Amino acid sequence: MGKLARDVAIIGVGQTRFGEHWNLTFRELGIEAGFRAMEDAGISSSRIEALYTGTMSSGLFLNQEHVSAMIAEVVGLTENQVPATRIEAAGASGGLAFHQAILDVASGLHDIVVVGGAEKMSDVVSNVATEFVASGADQAWEGLFGATMPSLFALMARKHMHDHGTTKEHLARVAVKNHAHGAKNPLAQFQREITMDMAVNAAMVADPLGMYDCAPSSDGSASLVLCDMKTARELSDNPIRVAGTGQGSDSLSLANRKEITSMRSTVAASRRAYEMAGIGPDDIKVAEVHDSYTISEIIAIEDLGFFKKGDGGFATERGDTALNSTITVNPSGGLKARGHPLGATGIAQINELVLQLRGDAGDRQVKDANIGLAHNIGGTGGTAVVNILEVV
Amino acid sequence: MRSGIVSYGVYIPRYRIYPAEIGRVWGQDGEAMGRALGVEAKSVPAPDEDAATISVMAARRALARSSIDPEDIGAIFVGSESHPYAVKPTATIVSAAIGATPVMTGADLEFACKAGTAGFQSCLGLVNSDDEQIPIRYALAIGADTSQGAPGNALEYSASAGGVALIVGREKVIAEVCLTMSYTTDTPDFWRREGMMYPSHAERFTGVPAYFKHVEMGARQIMEGMGTKATDYDYAVFHQPNGKFPLKISKSLGFEKKQIIAGLWTPKIGNTYSASMMMGLAGILDIAKAGDKILAVSYGSGAGSDGFHLEVTDLISEYPRGKAPLVSEAASNGIEIDYATYSKFRKKLKMEGE
Repeated sequence: MGKLARDVAIIGVGQTRFGEHWNLTFRELGIEAGFRAMEDAGISSSRIEALYTGTMSSGLFLNQEHVSAMIAEVVGLTENQVPATRIEAAGASGGLAFHQAILDVASGLHDIVVVGGAEKMSDVVSNVATEFVASGADQAWEGLFGATMPSLFALMARKHMHDHGTTKEHLARVAVKNHAHGAKNPLAQFQREITMDMAVNAAMVADPLGMYDCAPSSDGSASLVLCDMKTARELSDNPIRVAGTGQGSDSLSLANRKEITSMRSTVAASRRAYEMAGIGPDDIKVAEVHDSYTISEIIAIEDLGFFKKGDGGFATERGDTALNSTITVNPSGGLKARGHPLGATGIAQINELVLQLRGDAGDRQVKDANIGLAHNIGGTGGTAVVNILEVV
Repeated sequence: MRSGIVSYGVYIPRYRIYPAEIGRVWGQDGEAMGRALGVEAKSVPAPDEDAATISVMAARRALARSSIDPEDIGAIFVGSESHPYAVKPTATIVSAAIGATPVMTGADLEFACKAGTAGFQSCLGLVNSDDEQIPIRYALAIGADTSQGAPGNALEYSASAGGVALIVGREKVIAEVCLTMSYTTDTPDFWRREGMMYPSHAERFTGVPAYFKHVEMGARQIMEGMGTKATDYDYAVFHQPNGKFPLKISKSLGFEKKQIIAGLWTPKIGNTYSASMMMGLAGILDIAKAGDKILAVSYGSGAGSDGFHLEVTDLISEYPRGKAPLVSEAASNGIEIDYATYSKFRKKLKMEGE
């Protein structure tokens, strides 16, 4: 209970730049990230035994389901009839695909698998994208009454402000920090810094959330190669070990929760991952957390145990989550600045940790990073996945 | 002498609405929106104005500056995306109003914001043809619009009204066209379906893959064809959907602000759509002198660009610009209206019996 049957490690990562890829199809995005990951791992597609793909809503965005077979085909895996599985858990699709792939390899069924995440969102205009993203919330009890994803997170933000004294400036600090980090990430959608004034006074989206409190719509894909530790040592000089993985659920609608300033799914997933890894939140040096909205990051860093409940906004204001401070949160720029191609986000988070733990993160390198945590949620937290990686 | 522009005239409706007023109604920071778009005000047509009346005004002003007998005009093309009739040409209304009928041809054109320059190219082709085969001495190309922007849509801040008429011929040419080429793809960035009141657009897709790609390629192929570089031009003018895009594209093509400022009118009057680039060209001809070289590139959504390399001739010194308003005059003395008046003028109110 709470343990993997065998050790699992990552030996290759690849990602497209996130952003508006008007000229690339879903297929082409998937190919680019997939081949980059295989190239990074130094293996050919003939070595791949299984494929997992995290995609939230290709059906709505592209009218294309069954993307697992599509991606398997374009990266050459159908030659060997490699099992290909698509995982969907709204914005947590990527993190959950990674979680499932870990279970696959740990079970001994396969030794080398590829995990990808991809989304193509720019083929529809923004109000349509907003509707599609809202399909990750409860359509019967929220969507039907006009709730969009930002409006639900606005409710959480208001309650957090009321209960804990969090301010609009605290929210803005999250965006300013993540943009500063994103400015150092060559694969980020927004590689530019923003000011507090820009963030606080931006156009309103859903009070109190303004434009800079919301992650963008993005096109993009991320991929990684996962294998058992024995194979990893044969193929790689610097495998990154999966120390812990945990998943949790919560009610789909906010109305059915006793508390909306905390996500029970995140708390449960992180405790399960910490237990498997045999560590606690204080051991984490670097974390990629799900800042789909600035309030999401504040709630996440509390639920993950980095800061006590109610201190998330103040901690951000103190600079405790900036690059190379107490705990570096979202060195990649997070969803806010790296971009948020729904299904690709969870894999991009893992890839960032791999680069950090290898010491390959360039200008945004967290000093002495040896253990990292990735936190990926779906919708308003109906699903949460937490993965902990460590240097071998 | 090569064919080119023999005369030109512009018309801009007098009424103006300001971004702050539009923002006031929709709960937006209109001034900030105006700054972001680079639009200080936009022209609004009066209730009795449409693309036909605007075309007639522009055409009359072009004729006022020349000694051409209207009966010598053998072709009239009116480019617009707001032709008053779906079936019945604006071109015939203009033809009759200026006295060019009946021995002539004409047609209405539509290519989003570049139908006017598509007409300009057609006119060049006609006047350049063999006289025995197609005996057309002068042709008239008009770009005119009372463009539509849905209430509350970002387009409402920029979609304005105006028209430009160019008389094209081989004699008495004040600006020769040395080269014109187009760059066209099937790119769905902006459209209005049959029967729809307002256009739709694909938001940011209208930028890089649409406007910027086509204008850049249009400009580059003209410079390649002529063997010119940005510094060889005295003036450049690009389609102006807002005040920012033309600044950005001109900078990336190596032009300096002093080369484009004479042709930059969207900040003052909004985007006059089919007249937009032509208005800029008219603004340049208002001050150009003999020997000046002009690069002009229009853009139409859907999408394509028409590029022109023009050279101003010696005849410009005798050309009586003062017989009709310059762009600067037509653009000034606007009368400010509020959104309620704007709604009435633009027929956004449902009236009795409708």
